Amino acid sequence: MNVAIVKYNAGNILSVTYALERLGISPVVTDHIEELQKADRVIFPGVGEASTAMHYLTERNLDTVIKNLEQPVLGICLGMQLLCSYSEENNTNCLSVFDERVVSFLPNGTDKIPQVGWNTISDYSSGLFNDLPENAYCYFVHGYYAALGPDTIATTNYILPYSAALHKNNFYGVQFHPEKSAAVGEKILQNFLDIV
Amino acid sequence: MLAKRIIACLDIKNGRTVKGVNFENIRDAGNPVELGALYAGAGIDELVFLDITATNEKRKTLADLAKKIAAVINIPFTVGGGVSSIEDVRVLLQNGADKIAVNSAAFKNPSLIANLAKEFGSQCIVVAIDTKQEADGQWYVYLNGGTVPTTTTCLAWAQEAAILGAGEILLTSMNHDGTKAGFALDITAAVSNAVSIPVIASGGGGSMEHFEAVFKAGAADAALAASIFHFKEIEVHALKSFLLDKGLPIRL
Repeated sequence: MNVAIVKYNAGNILSVTYALERLGISPVVTDHIEELQKADRVIFPGVGEASTAMHYLTERNLDTVIKNLEQPVLGICLGMQLLCSYSEENNTNCLSVFDERVVSFLPNGTDKIPQVGWNTISDYSSGLFNDLPENAYCYFVHGYYAALGPDTIATTNYILPYSAALHKNNFYGVQFHPEKSAAVGEKILQNFLDIV
Repeated sequence: MLAKRIIACLDIKNGRTVKGVNFENIRDAGNPVELGALYAGAGIDELVFLDITATNEKRKTLADLAKKIAAVINIPFTVGGGVSSIEDVRVLLQNGADKIAVNSAAFKNPSLIANLAKEFGSQCIVVAIDTKQEADGQWYVYLNGGTVPTTTTCLAWAQEAAILGAGEILLTSMNHDGTKAGFALDITAAVSNAVSIPVIASGGGGSMEHFEAVFKAGAADAALAASIFHFKEIEVHALKSFLLDKGLPIRL
């Protein structure tokens, strides 16, 4: 299978590459438009800041390319947030694939911000979570979250319930890092590769 | 619910795990990559690799190590040991490290924390603090592997580091490290309650009850240990089952 990882100014691209290699896939990391368009699967990773990332994508016309992709696309963490309509992080208009908005966790006096660590995901409504038990643990690192909405396909609770994952048409997004979520994350990546 | 994390620490010198390791089912007990993979398979939540090598080639050897770890390990890992510049951090992140621990260099030049947070995001910046309680009852910051005392209190430095943009605090009590007599509950709780970022407690974990105490009375978000795991005095899965039974949120 031909898997492309979007190359841009965000972290953890190597981790995603290695995670796919452990599943027997040799992905290409590319910002070449044709290469992204012809891949069987596209992964849009990301660790970083929203406005800087959007600026980088827009400058290279990758914003238009990504939102018009027709094969299954998986946004991870910041990648998922950039597929939403808007991010409060430096007031950033995003790609508007998903209808949800990305907003900042507000301090509640007990929980720390950003959320760092393993949290459970539940209320699955997508094949992305095939064969996973309810309340599977995934690894999260984030200070902004996508609110619950029509595209929500899994929920996590931290300070409040929010979208652990989103799905609309051929686009999927996960707030957690499947590439760092041990066997659970590997299963989710495999399920994404297996989407018919 | 967000789980309390159990973290194994591997000290590396010249590419090999030091501090002693006693493992069966591993071809080479000194190989940090194999040991890390074994812990990941056993259910550890995170790994910390601290390089104590002192050579000019350090940046390159640490980067090579990060890359080897990233290739085989499917959980988050932190790399540290002598990291002192934006360029050091960039190279390690590019080689697959999830987080970077900074210690003495950040204390000597606090703007490093702000610059790293701006460049790479707070989420990957762990500020490690070695602290010791002196005769006056105060906890002070120590530098250079605990060899150089300062007149700054641990609490003041932890708060400043958090404000500057640290993503987590890795707090090691020098009074407790190596004693297996339990974690430093008071200073851990004081730091954890004073900052809005996660605190990793380190030093003194010798029994399962010590971990329970550091999560409850110590208000720690994560607890780190080394030799008790290396010598199989505490088995990771048994520890996590114990803590779950005690009502703590734990990933099993």
